[in-house]
Amino acid sequence: MSTIETYRDQFRTHAASLPGAGLPWMDELRAAGLDRFSKGGFPTQRNEAWKFTSLRPLEKVTFALAQDGAADSVPVDLIPSVMPVGEAAHRLVFVDGRFRRDLSNMAGLPEGVRLEPLADTLARDPEVVAEHLGRTATLDGHPLLALNLAFLTDGVLLRLAKGVTVETPIELVFIGTGAAVGPVSWHPRILILAEENSEATVVEHHVGLDGAVYFSNVASEVVVGRGARLHHYKMQREGTTAFHLATVTARLARDASYDTFVLNLGAALSRHEARSVLDGTGVECRISGAYAVRGQQHTDITTLIDHAKPRCTSREVVKGVIDDQARAVFQGKIIVRPDAQKTDGYQLNRALLLSDQAEIDSKPELEIYADDVKCSHGATAGELDDAQLFYLRARGIPLEAARGLLIAAYLDEAVDEIRHETVREHFRGRVHAWLEAR
Amino acid sequence: MALLEIRNLHATVDDKPILKGIDLTINPGEVHAIMGPNGSGKSTLSYVLAGREGYEVTEGSVLFDGVDLLELEPEERAAAGLFLAFQYPVEIPGVTNATFLKEALNAIRKSKGEKELDAMQFLKLIRQKAAQLNMTDEMIKRAVNVGFSGGEKKRNEALQMAVLQPKLAILDETDSGLDIDALKIVAEGVNALRGPERSLLVITHYQRLLDYIVPDVVHVLAHGRIQRTGGKDLALELERNGYGEFGANEAA
Repeated sequence: MSTIETYRDQFRTHAASLPGAGLPWMDELRAAGLDRFSKGGFPTQRNEAWKFTSLRPLEKVTFALAQDGAADSVPVDLIPSVMPVGEAAHRLVFVDGRFRRDLSNMAGLPEGVRLEPLADTLARDPEVVAEHLGRTATLDGHPLLALNLAFLTDGVLLRLAKGVTVETPIELVFIGTGAAVGPVSWHPRILILAEENSEATVVEHHVGLDGAVYFSNVASEVVVGRGARLHHYKMQREGTTAFHLATVTARLARDASYDTFVLNLGAALSRHEARSVLDGTGVECRISGAYAVRGQQHTDITTLIDHAKPRCTSREVVKGVIDDQARAVFQGKIIVRPDAQKTDGYQLNRALLLSDQAEIDSKPELEIYADDVKCSHGATAGELDDAQLFYLRARGIPLEAARGLLIAAYLDEAVDEIRHETVREHFRGRVHAWLEAR
Repeated sequence: MALLEIRNLHATVDDKPILKGIDLTINPGEVHAIMGPNGSGKSTLSYVLAGREGYEVTEGSVLFDGVDLLELEPEERAAAGLFLAFQYPVEIPGVTNATFLKEALNAIRKSKGEKELDAMQFLKLIRQKAAQLNMTDEMIKRAVNVGFSGGEKKRNEALQMAVLQPKLAILDETDSGLDIDALKIVAEGVNALRGPERSLLVITHYQRLLDYIVPDVVHVLAHGRIQRTGGKDLALELERNGYGEFGANEAA
């Protein structure tokens, strides 16, 4: 059976039991998603946007939809959190794609904050979902979003009412345990709606056990309202045999601030695709990230920053370290529309290659249609600096420790883009743990 | 026993012979100066001793404190008590001076079987050493040499020397890029470390530095060999007459 047929077959089997089944608009959306995916299946490398990332390893595996209740009772010892041990965080936890109420904590949020699993919203208050689902993340040319829409199992609704500020980070935790018999997939949808002048920090953790074969296809839709401030951080530490594909689509209104960072450490194959439309004047958008990969890992950070209105600022710093035969991809596109005068855009992409077989494919792309703009980009790839290494060694620091110091410094510089101190320290700790495992 | 004993040292860079038979003996507590024109092999000698890649020894031997120095990795040479103050100290973004010095000191202590210093002990030590060199806490917290002026970089080298307490410090053109005030501060820092157990090898083009760090022995290096050896007066003579008699054209 072809990949497409397999997914169509699964859809026929499961459609009636997926959340929101029977709601005509939801059924239509799912059917549209399946149709779109059926037109070509997973993107191939002939598709320009996927030129450097092959999904063939993913196509070779048949994943069952995370549907049965097996994951509901998998014991979980440790839930990752940026919060100090013992301090409660607001969080939703999903294990093998299934929401785990017993591990989640939605209590204590300020009034005006709505945080719940998306399946709950679909059951009790589907209008909210109808209003937003698929509106920011439109399907044009995006098979993974289409697949997510067709098989949307659960996810997150986070809505911040006008003027509300949440001090404590809100954590969204996705854990892959491999407890199921064969390979499993899940397609969570995260809807974040930050209304006018609200502010919150959202931290996603995607973690999994090494050896567990699963496919996490995450789609996030983010709307940041006028003057609202959203800090959106993501830690990807999937298991070594996992597939992680995420698409984050954001629409930013006037004077909004959207501050994001992704750290890719795990998964056999991962892609983080972030697209932001700066859809009002005075928007500040920060899309940064770091990665550290080894062995046969493949990681891809692909971004699109669309300056649609005047006087917006965007900043993008992506740095990574590639060891062994691992591969990394960075594609960063900035569009400055004719109307977007006084745009201030900055993009920096750097890669550090630690072995002769490591590989980076970097593609910065600027499309500028306005004349009064400041837009700069830089891309470098290289090895550790011999002069720096010698200097450290000449002071008595052994070669491996000297290399470790330089690699840590390299990644720390990217992690420093994270403005939230607690989150920054947590991410830094993870980077250093990666180094110690070298 | 001599601290450093160089015998018939030949070395090449990119297959080009630079050092062509150096003999040099430094005893504990002695201060030697090596003077010479540009291109005479002064910096090559310092890099060969510190163990930099790309500097290949083709003949001869170097004994340091009784050990075959050329067999050691750069970090092992540092641990054995060799210190090179760089002509161009390297900038290391993202690594603070404090972290760098703590890693270095503890690596050296560890290799000697001594107990590593904890954060508090280290901070106390580095503050005291930095104060002697007029260095602020802020300079300690900054990334290694990043944004430092020429004088600050050389003071930073002196600080590293003060913290690591080597047996032999090689000062490679420490005076280059320094104004007279900065030169005095660095020289004071170096002189404070002089003692019967510590030797210095001062490499310089000009005599000026030797007014402040007064040598016991002066050597003239030209064409990859030591051409003459004398007392501190030899430096003054060179200042007057230039390196002309050694076949180098100063005007070039």
